[in-house]
Order: sequence, then structure tokens, then C-alpha cells
Amino acid sequence: MGLLSKKDTKLITDPLADNNPITIQVLGICSALAITAELKASIVMSISVLFVLGFGNVIISLMRNIIPSKIRIIVQLTVVAALVIIVDQVLKAFAYELSKTLSVFIGLIITNCIIMGRFEAFALANGPWKSFLDGIGNSLGYGVILIIVGFFRELFGSGTLLGFPVLGDPIAKTGLYSIGYENNGFMLLSPMALIVVGIIIWVQRSRNKALVEDH
Amino acid sequence: MEHLELFLKSIFIDNMVFATFLGMCSYLAVSKKVSTAVGLGAAVIFVLAITVPLNWLLDQYLLQPGALKWLGAEYADYDLSFLSFIMFIATIATMVQLVEIVVEKFSPSLYNSLGIFLPLIAVNCAILGGSLFMQSREIPSLGLATTYGVGSGIGWFLAILAIAAIREKIRYSNVPPALRGLGITFIITGLMAIGFMSFGGMLTGGDDEAPKEAKTAKVEASKAELENNKEIANNIKVTE
Repeated sequence: MGLLSKKDTKLITDPLADNNPITIQVLGICSALAITAELKASIVMSISVLFVLGFGNVIISLMRNIIPSKIRIIVQLTVVAALVIIVDQVLKAFAYELSKTLSVFIGLIITNCIIMGRFEAFALANGPWKSFLDGIGNSLGYGVILIIVGFFRELFGSGTLLGFPVLGDPIAKTGLYSIGYENNGFMLLSPMALIVVGIIIWVQRSRNKALVEDH
Repeated sequence: MEHLELFLKSIFIDNMVFATFLGMCSYLAVSKKVSTAVGLGAAVIFVLAITVPLNWLLDQYLLQPGALKWLGAEYADYDLSFLSFIMFIATIATMVQLVEIVVEKFSPSLYNSLGIFLPLIAVNCAILGGSLFMQSREIPSLGLATTYGVGSGIGWFLAILAIAAIREKIRYSNVPPALRGLGITFIITGLMAIGFMSFGGMLTGGDDEAPKEAKTAKVEASKAELENNKEIANNIKVTE
């Protein structure tokens, strides 16, 4: 990577695993869980957050020296809200069905804690290029978890991936269904998202003992 | 009746935490002790009760398609609904700031208990979510919007209170090391959410003449379930 120094690469790769915004920093759970019943919705949500966090970080970082610290929360919220309106309008124009599925959760990107968290912790203290990379890295880390959860929930819940049947046809009893496999409708319900994330955390911390907390 | 129905619905069936996962960040971060959880929960009820009706007025007289009719006929087909995110969040942020100032002035004791949580609330998804759901569910009147705000606030309060109580107890049980802390909290929340799903039949099942006892029986059954969850947590502790 000629473009990125070693430090810059770390900014992107760190949040993917050892400093993941969802499983380690516990940020941005709010919107992450409700929309993961389908893989497609998870991917769109990840891309939206990538856009908002990447550019939001740059804008805040450019303005960091002129924002009075007392009203910075309101300034940050306004910047995010403006970016989210762009995402929302684009989705409504080009993917109306999907924007109905995501309903209020696109709007809730505004109060996604990852965004405020990165603004506060990183963009207010670093230059625009670094902030941009940090934003990309963190939203990728967020996206990875979303996509894993969406993958398992859609696969086990409705036997499809991105809407394509991958396990055969449940009505005509082909593929896996011919030997008695059934979809687990429970995976589509919201509580399972929590349990799947819980299991991801479990697996991650079993592999990396340094992350284990004592209660 | 309408009010009572919406009230119960927003507390139990559409519970902010268990049905829609709103306000999870602060729910997970501030639920280590019951006392702090109560403080934050009370602040959430307070702010939701103020911001939802306010945003309802904004939505009704400013943002909805055709809402600007009161300005004159030529404004009748304006549609400003794309501005709702920015208007709602601005209202919430200013209200939180305002509430903080007012509470500090008039009730220092309340300020001492709520004060530290108020800034946290501006970025709590439950607050913005309350306003957005109010908009997308098209709640018809100001009174109902207030009921909805208070109800969702109480639902959130119940949720954080329950998880804080469980987390205080679970410290004594033998959780696998890798699941400790965050992992087990997620799984418990998932189980509680399954428990709360049983409230789903509370207001939809049966005809109008459905006997009252049936309803209360269901409530009690679900309560028993919740109690059961706690009992299991206790049992784990005892067996340890």
C-alpha cells in the first residue's frame, strides 16, 4: 500500500477485529440489531453508515478548531442529520421498497452511538485524512458484524441469501428440505439478533483471551 | 380507552428495548447498577414526555405534506417532510439543554440525580426513535402523542431496571469467562425479549366482549415468566 502508511492501515484494520465498534466498544447496537433479518438490508445499512461516518468525520475534523466546545453536540448532530437526509432521499429515490423495510432506522443513524463516539474520540483531535480512514475503518467493523448476523439470520430463518433460495424449495421439498430440514422461523424474530450477537462476542473472546472482562 | 390501550401497548408490546432495540447503547452501558439505571430511566421518561408531543406539533403544522395550509392557500401543497430528521433532532437537543437549565435552577436535588444523564440523552436513540415512530405510525392527536411518549419512556425504564437488577445478581454466578460482561448481557436481553413477546396477544386477541379476566391472566402469565427469568438467575447463584 503506497498510499497508506503503516499507521494509517492500522486505523482501518483495528476496528475490524480487536477494537470492533459493536463487540468491543459496544457502540451502535441500536440500529444494528433491528434490521438484520435480511442480508440485503444489513448491507444497505452498512453502506449508509460508511457514507455518513466517513464524510461526517471529515467535516467535523475540518471544523474542529472553530466549534465552541459547549455546543459541539448540537453542531455534530446537525452535520450528521444533514448527511442522513441525503442517504434517506437517495434510498427513497432508488430503492423505495428497501427504504420501507428500513423505515425509521435510517433516521436513527443520526443517534447511532458509533458516529457520535468517533466524532468525540477521534475527529475532534485529528486531521481530515486520518479521520476519514478512521471513519471508514469503524464503519467497516460495524458492517462486518451486521453482515455476519444478517447472513446467519436469513440463511437459517428463511433459507435464502439476498432473496435467492440456497437450501432448496421448502414447498416443493427439494434440496435440504427433502431430507426433513425445516426453516427456523424464530431466527427472523428480533430477540434472536441479540442472541446471535451474544454468540459472536463469545466466539471472539474465546479466541482472544485478552478481551475477556471480569464482570 | 384509546389512551389506555396505546399506553399499555407502548409499554409492553412495542417496548422500546425489546421490540425495536432502541436506546441499546445506554441500556448496555449504564445498566451495571440499579441506582444509576433508575436515574437514567427517569430522565428518559421525562424527556420523551416532552419531546414527543413537541415533535408532534412540528410534524402536524410544519413538516407533513400540506401542513403549511394555515399560512395560506398557496402553501397548501408544500411538503417539508424530508426535513423531519434535522427538525426533530434539533428540538431534542435544545429541549434537553433547556430542561437541564430549568431543572438546575428550580430543583437542585432532582438535578443532582438526573443531571449527569441529561447530556447522554440527546444522543439516545430511544428519544429520536420515539419521535420517528410517532411520525411513521401517524398518531392522530396531541393527547395520544403525549401518552405514547410517557408509555414508551416507562417501557424503557422497566427494561433498564430489570437488566440492571439481573446484572447485579449475575455477578455471583459462574458464567464462562468469554461470555462475562457484555456477552451474557446480550443473551439475557434476548431471553427477556422473548418473554416480552408474550405480551403480543394482550390487546389484539379476542373480540370486544372478551372477559377481563382473560387479559389479566395473560398479564400475570407474562409476569410469571419474567419472574421466572429472575428466579433462574437466582438459582444459578444459589447452586454456585
